[in-house]
Amino acid sequence: MKAPLSRIAHTRSGDKGDMVNIGVIAWRAADYRILVREVTARRVFEFFGDRVAGPVERFEAPNLGALNFLLHGALGGGGTVSLHIDSQGKTFGAALLRMEIEIDE
Amino acid sequence: MIRVANGQGFWGDWLEAPARLVEQGPIDYLTLDYLAEVTMAVLEKQRQRNPELGYAADFPPLMERLAPEMRQRSIRVVTNAGGLNPRACAREVLRRAPGLKIAIVEGDDVTARIGEFLTKGHPLNNIDTGEPIGQIRDRILSANAYLGAFPLAQALTAGAGVVISGRCADSALVLAPSIHAFGWSADAWDLLAAGATAGHVVECGAQTTGGNSQVDWREIPDLDEIGYPIAEIDAGGTFAITKHAGTGGRVTTEIVKEQLLYEIGDPRSYLTPDVIADFTGLDLADEGPDRVRITGARGRERPPRLKLSINYRAGWKATGTLVYTAPDAIQKAQAADGIVRRRIEKLGLRFDEIYTEYLGWNACHGGAAPAACDVPEVQLRIGVRGCVRSDVDRFTREMAPLVLSGPPGATGYGGEGRPKVREVIGNWAALLPREEIRPHVEVLS
Repeated sequence: MKAPLSRIAHTRSGDKGDMVNIGVIAWRAADYRILVREVTARRVFEFFGDRVAGPVERFEAPNLGALNFLLHGALGGGGTVSLHIDSQGKTFGAALLRMEIEIDE
Repeated sequence: MIRVANGQGFWGDWLEAPARLVEQGPIDYLTLDYLAEVTMAVLEKQRQRNPELGYAADFPPLMERLAPEMRQRSIRVVTNAGGLNPRACAREVLRRAPGLKIAIVEGDDVTARIGEFLTKGHPLNNIDTGEPIGQIRDRILSANAYLGAFPLAQALTAGAGVVISGRCADSALVLAPSIHAFGWSADAWDLLAAGATAGHVVECGAQTTGGNSQVDWREIPDLDEIGYPIAEIDAGGTFAITKHAGTGGRVTTEIVKEQLLYEIGDPRSYLTPDVIADFTGLDLADEGPDRVRITGARGRERPPRLKLSINYRAGWKATGTLVYTAPDAIQKAQAADGIVRRRIEKLGLRFDEIYTEYLGWNACHGGAAPAACDVPEVQLRIGVRGCVRSDVDRFTREMAPLVLSGPPGATGYGGEGRPKVREVIGNWAALLPREEIRPHVEVLS
């Protein structure tokens, strides 16, 4: 069934220059495989639409039950160059929690 | 075992945190991380105005406040508060707290050596974009290499009670006491990785003790009294993350995981000047209330090149805001944005970017926010950025007139007056062979 990502994971996001990183952590270790299957780099890229120039990279940390995403070109230049209210990408993680994914019954 | 606490996650963090770490329980080392990339540029501007400035100005008064207790309990301080001017910082600390034994660590500041590096054939291309540094060469404000932990450890071994460094890796502030206390060698990769990982986990202060955490945030106790993090590190390279008993906040494996992944790239390769740490072998276990044990740190040989952080003048910017209310708050704000943009165009103002946001609707979550609806109120926020200061200045006159000449019901323009024009500082990351950087340590008397 479909559910928002927040059902099975929590997140934290921050900046690296003009990149945003989002750590996505499964609440239960058993749900890590759902993250791997559902939360692909492509889907994250599409989720943020024109907000992110791309590409989006994904890294796996199975020992933490977690994925880490790097969203390139996401902060309008980053640092003090950025005109964005969220120039450090602090809220991207919370936004991603809305993503609809297929979870197991 | 050594207890290494971190009492500042950035310059501007809670002023009470370091004092509470000292007063509310046992610690051996107090680290204070003041420097973000943009901080160096701010410090450079301050140093240009006054050669006795260019360091984290919060630090000397803090030392004045804590010196008696630090002396009594042999607590040592390791900090990057020196910024661009560790020597001036140390002088001010000594003036306020005479008798402290201070060491400064310098050699990171390479602002005057850019030409030398280029002559030697180090291109200093932008590591993110590959662009050549020629594009910004004549606008450089500051250039600093990220030093590692060994010179800071050397300062501790020389007997310093307060180590004041310039730019170093954030994690080095915690790794340095470990190297000093346990005699870890420069190629003990797994041990160095453990110290750097502990440093990474505590470098953002209360973000690892329950601040900014999605883990059951309503139930995290007493954030007003939050305890800042302490890493209890042992000689064998395992460590526990904890906080003082009786303080607010919470330390759990879930919260520590959030911080482990914070502002990193590949978790197999966390790059520091001293070691490449691999987070994918770590094992986290709750070891009791507010105590997480971390084992399994693995490291690989340090990178052959150091990161340089270069700041340069990148023009001017200003941001103007107005508030619109229902009915049709978003449509009114969008109409106002259109008016401003057409006026800018007809005035011939030259900007590299005009960026509009609607706070209360989708400024933060963008396309992930729900589609436009009849929100009770929305703040229109228009930012412009360009190289011509007078054009940015002219823009700052274009918001307030909308109150009389735009859509109905605009407010919220008065409090702060006209938008301020701010200088934009660009940050350029590059790599340099580590042999070019010669850190040096000096113990002051």
